[in-house]
Order: sequence, then structure tokens, then C-alpha cells
Amino acid sequence: MREELLSIIEKNSKIDLKELASMLGQSEIDVANEIYTLEKDGIIGGYHTLINWEKTNIEKVTALIEVKVTPQRGQGFDKIAERIYNYPEVKAVYLISGGYDLLVTIEEKSLKEISNFVTDKLSTLDRVLSTATHFVLKKYKDHGTIMNKANNEEEREIITP
Amino acid sequence: MKLSKVVEDIKPSGIRKFFDIVSEMKDAISLGVGEPDFDTPWHIRDEGIFALEKGKTFYTSNAGLKDLRSEISNYLMRSQKVHYEPMSEILVTVGGSEAIDIGLRAVINAGDEVIIPQPSYVSYEPCAILAGAKPVIIDLKAENEFRLTPQELENAITDKTKVLILPYPNNPTGAIMEQSDLEAIAKIIIEKDILVMSDEIYAELTYKGKHVSITSIEGMKERTILINGFSKAYAMTGWRLGYACGPCEIIKQMTKIHQFAIMCAPTTSQYAAVEALKNGDKDVAEMRQAYNQRRRFLLSRFKEMGLECFEPYGAFYVFPCIKEFGLTSEEFATKFLHEEKVAVVPGTAFGDSGEGFLRISYAYSMENLKIAIGRLENFIKKLRGLDK
Repeated sequence: MREELLSIIEKNSKIDLKELASMLGQSEIDVANEIYTLEKDGIIGGYHTLINWEKTNIEKVTALIEVKVTPQRGQGFDKIAERIYNYPEVKAVYLISGGYDLLVTIEEKSLKEISNFVTDKLSTLDRVLSTATHFVLKKYKDHGTIMNKANNEEEREIITP
Repeated sequence: MKLSKVVEDIKPSGIRKFFDIVSEMKDAISLGVGEPDFDTPWHIRDEGIFALEKGKTFYTSNAGLKDLRSEISNYLMRSQKVHYEPMSEILVTVGGSEAIDIGLRAVINAGDEVIIPQPSYVSYEPCAILAGAKPVIIDLKAENEFRLTPQELENAITDKTKVLILPYPNNPTGAIMEQSDLEAIAKIIIEKDILVMSDEIYAELTYKGKHVSITSIEGMKERTILINGFSKAYAMTGWRLGYACGPCEIIKQMTKIHQFAIMCAPTTSQYAAVEALKNGDKDVAEMRQAYNQRRRFLLSRFKEMGLECFEPYGAFYVFPCIKEFGLTSEEFATKFLHEEKVAVVPGTAFGDSGEGFLRISYAYSMENLKIAIGRLENFIKKLRGLDK
């Protein structure tokens, strides 16, 4: 049931245990135990909420930063990645194949704060060779969810054979 | 004005009648549809758009695009290990419905009998009548989980019997026929030398093992018209695309009617369908999993509220029994609609043997199902309260 369970709660982490168990055709105890195991093993890393900040009047700026670094002997990219991901304003760090090494996602309240982060913190790290910062202008789709989906009115007839 | 007697005598669809009541109610929520709630997967739609952009807007050959017929043949080989010759044994139709109509017309002579197990899809009986046949109804039983038993079949066969319609996985009951069920009736079918029209439009929506086509049983392919299509498996109802497979002499006659009545199935849809068969297995698996979760959810809720329902393993319907409330299906559905504003379809829309049952479709989101089932629970409590 593991894969099916994960795919359900990946889309809806708010689902209650009873409903989840009935959808999986399992007992509530078995499902609760499985979730406990998944959490303990770090397979479930957390339960987040997808927020469309654009619809609030709270300012949020997101940037994707391409970072070229020098890998460290014995540590590869892990050490420098750690230096970067420990900043709380950094939302994601990926090691990327191709033209650069790390892709860093950062979220801040303003452009200025992001540029401060890049110039003061990120670029000054010893092993960082160069950075290229891309500001996000609009999020069309995030975490598999279309952000500004028109309210989908039921278009099917009420009764069909 | 004097119109066709045969047509005038056909009863209008029971679904239509109920639909007219529902459509007057503005805020009703529905569990009444017989079509998927998913959009057609994007890569399939994209292929349709691409076909339009490239200007593929002409007729195809009458029997359908060669590529599509080859893909259908491949699909039946990989899913049922049955071989159909793309160029002579496969006909692409406007939905499974057209295939039912012309399939019957191609084989019926006046006075032939067509055996129709009910409850089942609304168009078999009228199509049989329009083809000049006499419909012979088998009333399927809840205690058999609405499967067709050899005994029931044997009792219905006369020396005029021409075709048995085999509608599994079944709309509206959700019943399936497993390998052993099919083998048992196949024996009689071969012995009595009759044809089968096997409507397997819900084949991909089976939740207990894999669907078994009767064509895969020894001696059956040569006497079966297999009907399938894209509506249910790939959520493509509006594309109107189905197909029939069968012995080349039958397909040849069907193609003749198709050619004169229809010309060819919609070209855009045919291109999209090639993509569906080539790269759509993953989508089908995902949708099947979602339906199965909803199916389990509904059954567990019915159990909680003590509503009797056999476990259906196919299509996207559950068929609970409401006999305990002393109302007819239509009374129950009408009252439920008026008091709780939820539309379900009375079992009788699918034949007299649907009396005492409701068809509830789970081609709806979990959110929608949860609300509607909550209302059903409320309604049942009220009905039971009145009894005491």
C-alpha cells in the first residue's frame, strides 16, 4: 500500500485517517503504523501547505540562482551545499547536471533582500565561483498545481447513461 | 402525422425522464453521470490539436485510420492475447454505441431473438428492436452479484435466439464476469450455436485482477462481436470514438452500414486515439487507482450506515439495495433529490430488474462524494426514524 498511500497524501496531506484507510481498503491501525514508519524513516519529510502568495497583499519575491562552485576534495559538493542550505531563506538546493552546479531557490520579502543575500553571503563563500540570479515573475504551476486555475464549473450533464 | 410505428413504440430512456426532474433543481449535486470526471490526458488532447494544425481534416477510410486499427490490434494482443487482423476484423465507430447499433443490424433477420441481461445500458433493447429483433430479457439477480449464470442463459435460449448481449463490466451494477463465469456460459453459447455481442467498454476499469474478454476463451472469438472504445478508459466521451472487432464477414457487413450512415469516425479523434493507445497506459492506471479508492470509500461508508450493497469490481458504479425502505427506486431517488438535493439514478432506468436499487456513480471527486454520501446517510436515518 506504500506507493498508493504516498501518492494520496502527496496531493492531500490533510486527509483524515479514517478516510485514507477506507480508500486504501486497509485498517486504520495498519495505515497509522505505516505513516509512523514513513515519518520515522524520513520518507515523509514534512507536511506543507501550498500557498499562492500572489493572491495576498504580502510581498514575496522568489529567485532561482545558478551557482558554479569548486567541489571539495573528499566532500564533493556536499560541504558547499550545506553551507548554502543552512540559510533559512533558502527554500531549495539542488545539485544539477550541465552548465552549472547548484540551483538555489530563495524566497524573500523584497528584491533588495535577495540581492543582499547574493552579494553578501552567497558570492563571498570561498568555493563559489559565480552566480546568476533569475527572479520569478509569475508562477503558473507549482508542486503540480496550476496556480490560477479558473473555477472549474461542472460541465457534464447532471445525469448521463 | 403518421410516423414510424416501431420508433414511436420505443419507450424513451428512463434516465432522460429523471434528468428532466433534476435539471429543474438548481443547487442539486449529482452522482448521476456515466462518464469519467477526468479531463482527457493532455498528451492525447495535444495530439488532436496537432492533427488539426497539420490540416488533417479530411475523411479517413471508412473503417478508420490504418494506424489506429493496428494500435487497436496491438492493444487486444497485449491485454487479451487475442489477435485481430487490423485490415479486416476491426472497425472504428462513433462511440461504442454505434457499434452496438450496426452490429445488431448486421446480423439480425426479422423475428430473431436477442438476449439482453438487465440491469444494463439503456440502448441494447431499442437497438435490438430497431434492427427488427425481439428482445428477450434476463433479469439478473443481486444474489449472483448480477453475473449471468449458465442456468439463466440456458432458460432464455430458444431456437430463434441469434445473439446474446454480454455487458460486462456492467453499467449500472458494476458487476464483472471472471474467467470461470465466462467459461461456464461459453460452453452453452457454443453448444447452442449463437453469437455474442460483448460490450467491454469498461474493460480497463476492473478492480479485481485484470478484465478477461470472452474472445480469449477457446471457440468464442469466431462468434463474438467485441465492442470497446476510448470514452471510459481514457476519459474521452466527447470525442465519440469506439470500435468493433469480430469475424471478417460480420465486420464487412457492419462496415457497409457504417459507410452509408456515418462515412467515418471523426478524424481528429482518431489521431488522438492512436496516441492514447500508444502512450496512455500510465494514465489509465492512474485513473483506475483513483476510481478504486473512491469505490472502496463508498463501500466502507455503506457498511457504516448499514446500506446493503454487493461489492462491485468494475466500471465506476455502485448499486446499493434500498428495498428495506419500502419505496420504489424512483420514489426513493425523487424523495432523496427533493429533500437532500442529491441526484442518483433509479435502478429501473436500466430495466425492471433494477427495481429496489440505485445507481450511484463514483466518477466524482472525493470532496463531492463525501458531501453527497453524508447527505445519503442523513436521508436514510430520517427514513429509518419514520419506521419506528
